[in-house]
Amino acid sequence: MARVVDSFSWHEYLRQQAMDSQTSLLKEFFVSQDFPEDMTIDQAEFVALDFETTGLDPRNDEIVSIGLVPFTMQRIKVAKAKHWIVRPKCQLKDDSIVIHGITHSEIMNAPPIAEVLEEVIQELYGKIVVVHYRYIESEFLNSAVVRELGEEMWFPMVDTMHIEAQQHRSGWRCKLKRLLGGKLPSIRLVDSRLRYGLPRYHMHSAMTDAIATAELLQAQVRHRFPEETPVAQLWL
Amino acid sequence: MEAEQIEIAEFLGRYPPFSFLPEKTLNRVATSVEITYFRQGADVYRFGDEIHDLCVIRSGSIEIYRRNGNLYNRLSVGDVFGQLGLLMKNRIRLPSRALEDSLIYFIPEAVFNELCDNFEEFAYFVEIDDKRKMNKEVQQQREESALSSVKVSSLIVRQPVMISTDASIRQAALKMTHESVSSLLIVNEEAPLEDDGDCRNKLVGILTDRDLRTRVVAQGIDLDQPVSSVMTHSPKTLDKETYVFEAMLTMLRFNLHHLPVVENDEPLGVIAISDIVRYESKNSLFIVGLIHRQHTVEELITVSKDIQSCFVRMVHQESNAHMIGSAMSVIGRSFKQRLLEIAEEKLGPPPVPYCFLALGSMARDEQLLITDQDNALILSNEYDAAKHGEYFEALSEFVSEGLDKCGYPFCTGRIMATNPRWRKTITEWRECFADWIDHPNPDALLHSSVFFDLEGVYGKVEWAEDLYRFIVNRAKNSPKFLASLARNALLRTPPLGFFKEFVMEQDGEHRRTINLKRRGTAPLADLIRVHALAVGSTSRNSIDRLDDVIKAGILPDKRGQELKYAMEYLAMVRIRHQVEDVEESREPDNNIEPDTLSDIERRNLKEAFNVLSNSQRFLKYRYPFS
Repeated sequence: MARVVDSFSWHEYLRQQAMDSQTSLLKEFFVSQDFPEDMTIDQAEFVALDFETTGLDPRNDEIVSIGLVPFTMQRIKVAKAKHWIVRPKCQLKDDSIVIHGITHSEIMNAPPIAEVLEEVIQELYGKIVVVHYRYIESEFLNSAVVRELGEEMWFPMVDTMHIEAQQHRSGWRCKLKRLLGGKLPSIRLVDSRLRYGLPRYHMHSAMTDAIATAELLQAQVRHRFPEETPVAQLWL
Repeated sequence: MEAEQIEIAEFLGRYPPFSFLPEKTLNRVATSVEITYFRQGADVYRFGDEIHDLCVIRSGSIEIYRRNGNLYNRLSVGDVFGQLGLLMKNRIRLPSRALEDSLIYFIPEAVFNELCDNFEEFAYFVEIDDKRKMNKEVQQQREESALSSVKVSSLIVRQPVMISTDASIRQAALKMTHESVSSLLIVNEEAPLEDDGDCRNKLVGILTDRDLRTRVVAQGIDLDQPVSSVMTHSPKTLDKETYVFEAMLTMLRFNLHHLPVVENDEPLGVIAISDIVRYESKNSLFIVGLIHRQHTVEELITVSKDIQSCFVRMVHQESNAHMIGSAMSVIGRSFKQRLLEIAEEKLGPPPVPYCFLALGSMARDEQLLITDQDNALILSNEYDAAKHGEYFEALSEFVSEGLDKCGYPFCTGRIMATNPRWRKTITEWRECFADWIDHPNPDALLHSSVFFDLEGVYGKVEWAEDLYRFIVNRAKNSPKFLASLARNALLRTPPLGFFKEFVMEQDGEHRRTINLKRRGTAPLADLIRVHALAVGSTSRNSIDRLDDVIKAGILPDKRGQELKYAMEYLAMVRIRHQVEDVEESREPDNNIEPDTLSDIERRNLKEAFNVLSNSQRFLKYRYPFS
């Protein structure tokens, strides 16, 4: 899955997937993702998702922890947040890989992804998935699903980094600034948050980052989009 | 898998009432929160809304209102709110709104109730918590008026126009013309400190239209000279967080028309006095401008009639005590300055240079409505009583009588420049202070403590600063002097009895009242002065002095903050009382009747007096009198 082309429709795609899918877990997921087109941001249920991985290549690297938190524009439901540590199949390349806040022994004692995948996907049912920098979560989730279930799993996400990029990386001002050798503002999660007055977190686990992403989306929406904006406008 | 929320738990654990909770409980609380982001200006709760959570501010700040829309409190990171609603049938009594972009943690009612049931300190904090309530009362006075709530950075209309120090005067003038600005900032470009890629422009000077006229054209300076040779070096600047109100005070006080606004020394823009005038043309401080435009004592008397209404207006605009005290002091100083100018017109130029001193509350920027005049003169060392005595006597008489007519009555202790004792040369003043400090005698000091708050208001004002530095340097190294001063600071005790009941005047005209100045703000100012001199602070305002004292670290933890609140609170009650007097056409005074106060006010007042009382005990111990 590379880019959304004009003729491409997520709705059609999701419906097709729901029909084609062979596993009920994914079938139900695709059905649940087919939201009404006119659903507004303020009505939508979201879930912020964040992975920590052994590296950046979805073909060779693997997920080691998953954090997610359901939320709406009104509340981020920390009480319903979930966090998993999973044991990758490949050995951790070496001790120098820093996985925030997780010890190697925790990883060694963790279940493989196959055991938690079902629970993770069920948490996404009926909710719009929100991530910061979608390639990590969508590619790694898809790879894991392909490996474990033998099917692909593509679906639309809201990407808070993309929203920042649109604000700070497009338009003639930015082009001009870049042309003149100017430095563009960083759209990393930490830096983006600071622009909205969101606090700096000290821990960087998948859990904290998922909450941080949820907070960022709330802030972006409150600053940039009217409440009645259809959520489909944010979909990528 | 259920997630742990260490980040949230750690945050909560840093602030009361959560800091009273054991770690295990804290972790459980952390996993129960819900989070919401509120954009600046958004309502968190409206009046009458249902509430089912205790709210904690994770970032930003929240304002709490009364039902009538008046500001009740301003809260920031780590503060909690909503407990009142939870304790009162889940209805919001005090609506809340985001003052800045804010992130709020909501802790569910069930968890809140459980914490109240199981942890006494937690319950106590959310239910009673006197000190905070006092803080709230203080903050309540905060600004709704535009000038005092708006920061200077919002008045900046354009990027600063800057030029490098090595540019010539001609280049500077050309740039000003091209950009059509009346002031130009002169900067040094500094290499970036860290690898953030941006060069920093450090402000080193300012050049204005007026400078070009007076320093360049009038002097016939070569236009190819570097601009740095005619600019004002290290000009006064304002931090971007400064309130417009303070900016205006600075301009009036130093007679400046342009002030650069900076963030970490880096210029953000310039604000001109016209920006402020445009912003709010009908501010009470324009009385200052008015004073300077009057030509006779009679005209000044007319202006002085406006002081009371100006004072009342400021209070209604919910300025705080610090602002009101400063504004009233600036007004008082302006009367002195204008009277001296008029006197010099009448009597001719002074035969030797002099400095006219303000003493006491005016020097401390803490003047309120009723205040007698305390002043003195520093004369040049060339002063010869036989030759010049007559001139300065006449000058002092003129000013002192003028002040009396303008509503600043004569000082009963005769601490006035009209008293030949308080017209001394620079050397004589030094000797006088050296004697007070080196041979302290509490009785003698009792009448002279007012001299330890001095400020030059006219003439060679730098002499006053020199003298004050001399005093501070000498005082801080004299434990005996500090001890004497401390002993005097204990003479006026707060009006609290053994059972913490109010002790009121027993007889006379003011029976059943408390004199808030004599029993409150004055002993507080005395006490703060001792600490300030001990740490070598050259500030004169009590709040500024406290900041210096807190920085020096000689007070027990939090005592400094408590003193600040107490000072602000007592001053504010005094101010409100005076406003009431004015509005009900009574002669304003400092005597409040505790019976007329509300329960909360009474409790806060006691709390403030209690702070004073505790601090006096500490003073005794800190500066022992042998």
